[in-house]
Amino acid sequence: MKKTPGQIDMPSKDTLLALYLSMLRIRLFEEKIVALYPEQEMKCPVHLCIGQEAIAAGVCLNLKKEDYVFSNHRGHGHALAKGARMAPLLAEFYGKTTGCSKGRGGSMHIIDVENGVLGTSAIVGGGIPMGVGAALASKMKREDRVTVIFFGDGASEEGVFYESFNFAALKKLPVVFMCENNFYATNSPQDARQAVCKIASSAAAFDAHGVCIDGNDVVEVYKASKTAITRARSGKGPSLIEAKTYRWKGHVGPEADYEKGCRPKEELVEWIEKCPLKAFKSYLVDNGVFLPEGLEKAAKGINKELTEAVRFAKDSPYPQASELLNHVYAPSRSSSGL
Amino acid sequence: MPWTKIYGNRTEFEKAGGERAGLRGLTYKDALLEAATQMLETDDRVMILGEGVDDAGGVFGTTKDLHKKFGRGRVMDTPLAENALTGVALGAAIAGMRPIFVHMRVDFLPLTMDQIMNHAAKWHYMFGGAVCVPLTVRSIIGRGWGSAAQHSQSLQAVFAHIPGLKVVMPANPYDAKGLLRASVYDGNPVIFIEHRWLYEHMGHVPKEAYTVPLGKGIVRRKGGDVTIVALSLMVFEAMQAADILSKDGIEAEVIDLRTVKPMDKKLILESLMKTGRLVVADTGWMDCGVGAEVAATAAEDGFSCLKAPVIRIALPECPTPAGHVLEKEFYPGKDRIVEAVKKTLALK
Ligand SMILES: Cc1ncc(C[n+]2csc(CCOP(=O)(O)OP(=O)(O)O)c2C)c(N)n1
Ligand SMILES: [Mg+2]
Repeated sequence: MKKTPGQIDMPSKDTLLALYLSMLRIRLFEEKIVALYPEQEMKCPVHLCIGQEAIAAGVCLNLKKEDYVFSNHRGHGHALAKGARMAPLLAEFYGKTTGCSKGRGGSMHIIDVENGVLGTSAIVGGGIPMGVGAALASKMKREDRVTVIFFGDGASEEGVFYESFNFAALKKLPVVFMCENNFYATNSPQDARQAVCKIASSAAAFDAHGVCIDGNDVVEVYKASKTAITRARSGKGPSLIEAKTYRWKGHVGPEADYEKGCRPKEELVEWIEKCPLKAFKSYLVDNGVFLPEGLEKAAKGINKELTEAVRFAKDSPYPQASELLNHVYAPSRSSSGL
Repeated sequence: MPWTKIYGNRTEFEKAGGERAGLRGLTYKDALLEAATQMLETDDRVMILGEGVDDAGGVFGTTKDLHKKFGRGRVMDTPLAENALTGVALGAAIAGMRPIFVHMRVDFLPLTMDQIMNHAAKWHYMFGGAVCVPLTVRSIIGRGWGSAAQHSQSLQAVFAHIPGLKVVMPANPYDAKGLLRASVYDGNPVIFIEHRWLYEHMGHVPKEAYTVPLGKGIVRRKGGDVTIVALSLMVFEAMQAADILSKDGIEAEVIDLRTVKPMDKKLILESLMKTGRLVVADTGWMDCGVGAEVAATAAEDGFSCLKAPVIRIALPECPTPAGHVLEKEFYPGKDRIVEAVKKTLALK
């Protein structure tokens, strides 16, 4: 956090606290998964976003409840920041009926319709055109809704990204393409996959707004996404934000991956130094915005929610085997002639 | 034949005699690696591409360290761009290369559909045979631990619907090695579907390069009471089912299809002539699936020898659920095969 205190364009104290708590909430949720995973009760792959929290938090604080968010396999943080409760997410990872997807989806497929999270795809890039479609619907229905699509650096290579961006720009749709560049797609480094490692510059090809920011600086994320979301809301069309960050854990699972030879340990250490949460907390405390005790007190609610969510997830019932075929089709209305 | 026997892991292999019995034990995944290595060593036209083929794990070990031996010029990691890169591989194939495109999951193949179905499958026929398409597309069926709906599909039937494609599904290490080589040298686009749960299975694999012919099934176990046609992981399940049935005095003949398209219908019919009863065990869904094709073969060409209706064992009509209770219910295994065999024997 390199901002100087008293900077005129700093968000309000309330906003700063909300950003901090949102990030912390994601961090504690993910760390709880790390702690519980070895029990082998959560029988699904988990793609954790520890280290990347500032992006979800910074973006979603600019969104209203009715705004849409689309996300991917690494989607816990996005859903949480958008307002999803912890309990139905955790219950989903435990395969319970009370899970957000009734135990059908697991960690890769979470949904919270009420808070505008219309489902996450584990096919890389799969959510991108869907987000554009939701934005199209909002526009056609003249609703004041913005859609944010979270996707990774890897997803930016998929053809569907360019096709979707073109369409969104063509129709001036209220959508923000939010690329979380953590420099890897599974174990493959960005420069082994991309000729030019400047994802944000793709926006220029469509004459759209594009910026590249520090994704570990929650205030920078907040401001950049505010600009993009405001543009979207006011009919100026899509924007592309590339936020640079780093994932601390392996591509999938609760462990770091340097032992497996996936990435150099020094790189991880360097990025842990740049921890978005630690940096922001220091900023808030060092500049006298909040006292450490004040932050701790404010965080109490998160711990409570988390404890209750774990209990809820563990205590909830599993679906019955006989329910396997439920939800394959929605009840068909075609016979009513409508 | 020693390789008709498969062992769940090395311990079982060794218990059964292992190397002492003159067998060369190799896992399914190592058999795939060996096939690739031997082709890369001897043929400059062979190349491997795919997401993460050069990473530390090497696609569950099947491409491990190949980039170190043969260079990233021939064993190349790719951007996430499945359809375009299928087209790239196809273009390279018609221009003289023999690419093997590797996907971690079958579920990523739907992104490649345009290049596979509209292009690769048709490029030979549409131009009157002017060019060949020696393209092999490897992909892996995932299963378990909440893989869920988008990381566990078994889409062989989708590809088997398309004239011009061949669809191969090895069930043991010997075939994995021989069929991969046969696919690369076939001169046609081959969809090569592996099963993640077979990767640690062990069996006899000769050291030298060899091919297993495409389009030929094999009888894995002889029996006169019922024919079980299976593929991929379901062959393993069917063999176990046959052992269980044998204890009840029922002798099942187990056929491993090995190639889904073109299908070895002759082999199925020969067995059916003997047994008159047919159970099909597929890793995919039932409707319009491989089981339907086998059953249709029996109905069209083996009607007179059928003594009972055909029974298909396949996935229930829903996407794969993530939660383990539902997941367990979702997958049929040896017990369902045993049940089906007993049912067909009770039917007149
Ligand atoms: C179409 C498709 N190809 C490949 C995969 C396998 N896969 C899952 S996540 C992933 C990496 C995605 O990288 P990125 O978009 O940067 O997101 P990150 O995991 O870094 O958050 C890959 C290759 C997939 N799920 N879907
Ligand atoms: Mg990434």
